[in-house]
Amino acid sequence: RDFNERCAQCSEVNWGLTDGGRFYCRSCHNVTERTREVVNTDFAVNSRIQTISKGLRKQKNNDGDCEWYVCEGFQLILKKQAEALETLGVCPQMKDEILYNFWRCYLQKSKQAYCKRPAAEAIRALSACESSTDVDSEPERPSLVHLLSLSESDGDLQTDCSFASSTSKVSESTSVCSGSVDGSLYFIKNQKEKLRMTMPMTLSFCYMALLWLREPMTLSDLLRFVVEGHIPYLNVFQHFPEKMKLCGLDLKIFCVESWPAYEEVYNKMLELAAFLDLPRFPDITDSCFLHPDMLCMKYLMEANLPDELHNWTCRVVKKISVGEADFLTLVPGNKSTRKVKYDVLAAAVIIVVLKLLFLLDDHYEWLLSDFAEERNKNNKEGGPYFEFKKWYKVIKCSLDVEQNKLDEERAKYLWRCEKPLYYSAEKKSKVLKRRQMVVNLQNQFGKLSGSVRPAEKPNPSSFQLSWSEENTDGSCFHGHSLKGILQEKCGLLTAMNTDYWLCTVKLCTEKLCGHLAHYREVVFPESYHFVLRLFSFLLRIQPSYIHDEVCVIEHKLFNKKVCKKPKYNTGLRK
Amino acid sequence: PSHEHKLNFKNSKEACLSYIQDAMLQKQWKRAAEFLTFYIESLEKDFSRDYVNPSEMIWRIGTEILCHRSHSNMKEFNSFIEQMKTLGVKRYLKVCLEHAFHLLCNGRIDEAYQNLSVAESWRFGEQTAIQDKEMKLIRAYRGLLDYYSWSKQKNILLEHNQDGFEDLSVEQEMHSFFRKAAVNLKEIIKVPGVWDLFVKCYVDLLEFYGDHNEARQVLNEYAYNSKFPANPNAHVYLYQFLKRHGESKKSLISALKILHDIVPSHELMIDFNTMLQKSKKRKKRRLGLEVIFAALDYAGWKENVKAWSCLARQVKQIVISDKHLDWIKQEWNSRKDWWPAFHFSRYLAKRNWQENESLAYEKALVAGILLGKDCKYFKYVSHQGCKAQVKRFRILKKFVNNHKLVYLRISG
Repeated sequence: RDFNERCAQCSEVNWGLTDGGRFYCRSCHNVTERTREVVNTDFAVNSRIQTISKGLRKQKNNDGDCEWYVCEGFQLILKKQAEALETLGVCPQMKDEILYNFWRCYLQKSKQAYCKRPAAEAIRALSACESSTDVDSEPERPSLVHLLSLSESDGDLQTDCSFASSTSKVSESTSVCSGSVDGSLYFIKNQKEKLRMTMPMTLSFCYMALLWLREPMTLSDLLRFVVEGHIPYLNVFQHFPEKMKLCGLDLKIFCVESWPAYEEVYNKMLELAAFLDLPRFPDITDSCFLHPDMLCMKYLMEANLPDELHNWTCRVVKKISVGEADFLTLVPGNKSTRKVKYDVLAAAVIIVVLKLLFLLDDHYEWLLSDFAEERNKNNKEGGPYFEFKKWYKVIKCSLDVEQNKLDEERAKYLWRCEKPLYYSAEKKSKVLKRRQMVVNLQNQFGKLSGSVRPAEKPNPSSFQLSWSEENTDGSCFHGHSLKGILQEKCGLLTAMNTDYWLCTVKLCTEKLCGHLAHYREVVFPESYHFVLRLFSFLLRIQPSYIHDEVCVIEHKLFNKKVCKKPKYNTGLRK
Repeated sequence: PSHEHKLNFKNSKEACLSYIQDAMLQKQWKRAAEFLTFYIESLEKDFSRDYVNPSEMIWRIGTEILCHRSHSNMKEFNSFIEQMKTLGVKRYLKVCLEHAFHLLCNGRIDEAYQNLSVAESWRFGEQTAIQDKEMKLIRAYRGLLDYYSWSKQKNILLEHNQDGFEDLSVEQEMHSFFRKAAVNLKEIIKVPGVWDLFVKCYVDLLEFYGDHNEARQVLNEYAYNSKFPANPNAHVYLYQFLKRHGESKKSLISALKILHDIVPSHELMIDFNTMLQKSKKRKKRRLGLEVIFAALDYAGWKENVKAWSCLARQVKQIVISDKHLDWIKQEWNSRKDWWPAFHFSRYLAKRNWQENESLAYEKALVAGILLGKDCKYFKYVSHQGCKAQVKRFRILKKFVNNHKLVYLRISG
């Protein structure tokens, strides 16, 4: 039952996981019959964890509080998140098999469980000797003040500093500063950086599992669902069982006060996949949701652009070979290949197509639009030609409304949870009093504002903007034709527009400044800003990320031309 | 404004605050209250570092909203303020003080007094010393309310005396209020600042109990101590006091001199000019002319008959004596470019004549002398006056005719 069993065929100990959750030996590809059991993570019945720490566990005190480890907390959180994802329509296999296998693999690799010497023992060893040594003479043992001042990201809980300084004189035993057994250990820098678990990483785990199963949910979708409250994240620890008391440093671990950024979750996922020694992920083929052809279709619909543009996105995808399974599939640990952000890629492809067809230099697209308008006025049969101007007006209107709504929602976000938090028992009464006052004031002003706060979350939906062709006001552009901007040449449809401007002549290196291009530092046409803004809103990421991707695509597309410094167009339009 | 890639507590609350601010600026109190409910949870995480901390924000914003949204509901307001008092020790006295102001503005004098008394007895380690200024103010306002009570008692007493009653208890109360008030009022006016109301009340108390020396000293300090900000009212109070006590013209004039320097358009300039004109000293009369001209530079005086009559009288006197025409010349020099349009236009001639004959008369005299008998103003008014057969206008016409060349000498 050990992970450390030797392979029957080659005697190696080098296991990986198949889709079906079986172990296979990576050296000789021998698949075992062993399957992972579904772990029942009901806390009280989790015999696995109990067995491991059987020898060490004692009832801490009489009111039923028990010892718990930080990883158990995270395990509960992952469980909740997986359940929420299942409610959203993700297949149950994700929760029951994939996610938990990943998690258990992680526990093993980080030596927190399922191995001979769990970290718990290390803690016991520490606390055994601390009582006999003078705190001040052990310089490598960080003081409570130091621990509390470490922050892993901004937006961390600012601890009550007076608390920190006043209790540094109190006994430094770990049981004082956290409800969990190993909470304080979490902040001690270790020689072997073992990819310590954090709240944002829970989402990395989720996304990794989704990706493995090739579920139709992009990372931006996932993060959006988190912010909209469909997937527990903020304050999820309040669902821990009563017996698991949270206080002190636990709060720093579990209580986050910021939404994780796309980049953060994504990069951590890559690190995690490498750390877990995962094999090549299941192939992303052109029938997968995450394939750019599929995602482009979805985004085109959402952006209310003509379906005909899909041909063009497919052509671009083909031309620059970003539709290949080898390009799209994640191979953990392989540092040479650039990792793919499917949603950003699809958005960027669409933008490049728009630039190809409409130029987007603040002149040409309006010119084309005027022609289309003329034509549409005089010619009612045969379906309307796509008018950029009309589209712009419709989208801008909706975008502004939605963005305003979003901004207001963000300002109205409530971060506090029902369960009041406190660092230590001494602070409890103060915290509770403060909580009472907050509730009173909220009631008082809530009455004045007249409205009852609408507590419903928006229904989770994959599409944020939807357009229906049944609308008679002509605000849906899906069926509009691109004929007005295309021409036939040698039997092929090409754009009437023969120009193109590059977002950047030279790509920067990520190592130098972290970016491939610098969106903010250059003046671009307003239309370009607009389409970036649109997709930035849909994906909930900074426009510069999409811009970077656009630059990369352009360089692939015009590779030869860029290198040869062609006559027809190089620089940026002013 | 908000494509923040980092969505966190701090940004969220900052955004919330800016929505509150927008709503308040547009007087959308409901909306402000709505956003405030979302902001309030910042109290559970009071940074107290870079920006104004949440508890102060909530106190100030909440007060504004409650004032506008439910201004009649004092109970609600009071309960809110009491909570605010517990929020920040460093601000406790300030909140108490503003609470008292609010109560006073709503006519709840007794409650305000109670609040101030409670605040006065507050002690909190080193905070008490740090918040010394606020404590002084609290005592001062309490002193003011004591004065108000004293005043009430005094009136009762006077009534009773009139009716022939003797009322020892009222008298005793009155005296005790006096003591309480005097102590606190005296304290606060020592601090450099603008304490008009406090000074007036204190002086009133002192005068009632006959301590004129102290009163004079207080008023002198208030007016002349350079540490105090320049305050026209200080000089007014001093002047009024001196006048009440029949002080010499000399001291009255010196009291008003500074007032003229600070506020040439002050209403007391008429009294000042009147005193100066009558003086035997040439310098004083010269000053008087300067004073009245300066006052009439201001739009608020354009239709003030008394002011014009002062000027007219002095101008007439100078012209008749034929001495010191150069005074008028000096004063007129800087005004000859704009006074004609400002005071002596034909339109004004018509209007003044229609609305106020005395005003027209006085102005006509001045115009006739300064601008000559052919000037628009004089011509119109004197013509109208003679037509209406008002005697003084005939006299005026004659007078100006007799001195028709004066204007030449003046305008030089």
